[in-house]
Amino acid sequence: MTEPLLRVRDLRTYFVTERGSGTARAVDGVSFELYPGETLGIVGESGSGKTVTSLSVLRLIPEPPGHIRPGSYIEFEGRNLLTLSPPELRAIRGNQIAMVFQEPMTSLNPVFTVGDQIAEAAIIHQGLSRRAARARAIEMLTLVGMPDPAGRVDHYPHQLSGGMRQRVMIAMALVCHPKVLIADEPTTALDVTIQAQILELLERLQRELGMAIMLITHDLGVVAGTADRVVVMYAGQVVETATTPELFARPRHPYTEGLLAAVPRVDTPREQLRAIPGSVPAATKWPAGCRFHPRCPYAWDKCRTSEPPLLDAGAGHQARCWLVAEPARRSNPK
Amino acid sequence: MTAPLVDVRDLVKHFPGERAFLGLGAAKPPVRAVDGVSFTIREGTTLGLVGESGSGKSTVARTLLRLIEPTAGAVLFEGADVLRLGRTELRAVRRKMQIVFQDPYGSLNPRMTVRATLREPIVIHKLAAGDKIDARVRTLLDEVGLDAQYADAYPHELSGGQRQRVGIARALSVEPRFIVCDEPVSALDVSVQAQVLNLLAELQRRHRLTYLFIAHDLAVVKHIADEVAVMYLGKIVERGPAEVLYHAPRHPYTASLLSAVPVPDPAAPSRRIVLQGDVPSPTNPPPGCPFHPRCPHPKKNERCRTEPPALVEVAAGQIAACHFAQEPMTPGV
Repeated sequence: MTEPLLRVRDLRTYFVTERGSGTARAVDGVSFELYPGETLGIVGESGSGKTVTSLSVLRLIPEPPGHIRPGSYIEFEGRNLLTLSPPELRAIRGNQIAMVFQEPMTSLNPVFTVGDQIAEAAIIHQGLSRRAARARAIEMLTLVGMPDPAGRVDHYPHQLSGGMRQRVMIAMALVCHPKVLIADEPTTALDVTIQAQILELLERLQRELGMAIMLITHDLGVVAGTADRVVVMYAGQVVETATTPELFARPRHPYTEGLLAAVPRVDTPREQLRAIPGSVPAATKWPAGCRFHPRCPYAWDKCRTSEPPLLDAGAGHQARCWLVAEPARRSNPK
Repeated sequence: MTAPLVDVRDLVKHFPGERAFLGLGAAKPPVRAVDGVSFTIREGTTLGLVGESGSGKSTVARTLLRLIEPTAGAVLFEGADVLRLGRTELRAVRRKMQIVFQDPYGSLNPRMTVRATLREPIVIHKLAAGDKIDARVRTLLDEVGLDAQYADAYPHELSGGQRQRVGIARALSVEPRFIVCDEPVSALDVSVQAQVLNLLAELQRRHRLTYLFIAHDLAVVKHIADEVAVMYLGKIVERGPAEVLYHAPRHPYTASLLSAVPVPDPAAPSRRIVLQGDVPSPTNPPPGCPFHPRCPHPKKNERCRTEPPALVEVAAGQIAACHFAQEPMTPGV
């Protein structure tokens, strides 16, 4: 098997909260690999730690209040990103690993033209002249399917629609041909027909440029259509990981199972949605034992006291659930 | 069949165009946010109103409750035209027509406890007095599945789902017959979204409530609506019973919207129609059929560019505004 491009090992990112209500263990021992050319979906609800994970990879966590704990390890092409000096890190960030954020309006600078913002990375990382960088910006806008790229290059963000702004964000991220693109909820703020355009664009760009994509989303539908493998996060931990077909066909973690049953679908007959009771706990007080046990329909004594590790369920499928070891218990939900 | 509880006729809302610098010079053309919308909702049922941003769906919600004044049209509710009522009559009617907003963060007063938020409408509408008010608040919390301990909590102490339950309890507090739900679950996580949708369905059964359920998400609407209307650029382009609309859409926009909803099943056949371009500006809608610049219909022709299609009945209870609506469309083709 090929070597992973990015290897995250036991990542712990904690935040010290105000008023001494304790330490928020937002990301608490996360491990996964990203292989060249693949799309890895990272799925979770708000508070699961998926965004903090992606920000940690680029070391964009504000310190303080946040800090990445000793013992965490993020390897990119054989180097631990967590021990790099700021200049070494800058040479990678935005160049070899780039990011697309959810809110194109707040992530774009309102007082610079989109052309200037796309060109900036090319000037910094590749030493292009202003003229060459502007030509590169137009080329990038063409690549991301912007109508009238030579005219739009001089537009300001407010003159563009939400879908066009997200295309600009993608153009900015791709200007240095990164090996890894981290896309954090890239379509969440968009209408469904525009979401379809952006997902199709990402697929096409991946085919053409061969980069690996880490797609962070709360939407299992988006993952099903785009990812090769999926990591499901809950309460700061990876609770399940598998290839996409395997995960949807045989979800092993009750949380994944519950999420799948809670998604409203257009393609199946109308029925009562199965909600997961309760809500995601606060990161300052994760429940003891399995962090999902207060919401789990199968939980028994062991789940309340003993935290399960990621257990191997075969075929590259892992789940952080004692049911993997004791499948018979699945037959008697509460 | 019983008479509808809500009967909206030819509702129009045009926002005046901006004027140039310092109000000098000619005004821009008006924004035709809602441009002749008609529908009825039978008592105890739900109409889902679906559209993308800028389609005018939220303006419909706000004009029919007169939170903003419409330009023209009629809204018949219990036999009277809401749009022509005086202040006192309007206040009486408002008690029966409530709204649940999308953003449970922005629509609750951060300085009021849950109890104070729920007491206020009961006091204003004189629905209870003395100890009965607090008893009513307890009943409301129970109805929406919130523990009584949350009565003294402030909004910031609640999760998004709990806040939306308070928003629903506030709407219920005045015993309405009709509730406009304006994207009530869009801001919530999937697992919590299902809780709130199931709660709304349960309350509807219990109190025979009538809902106008506004959403940009066809999948969410499918789980709650009896009838669905699809809006595009201020107009309804298709309306029909939910199960018919989802299986046999007649308007290519409905078909495209349906096909664009991501399906959480990697084995599902991919038949996404990717529409090109953005929704045009409602200040300057395209001539002819407003959808023609983005329309993927294989038979699109010159007529679509010049002649606006009328909303016509194409099947039992199903109407669509497309020159080719007489022939069924398969979703995704």
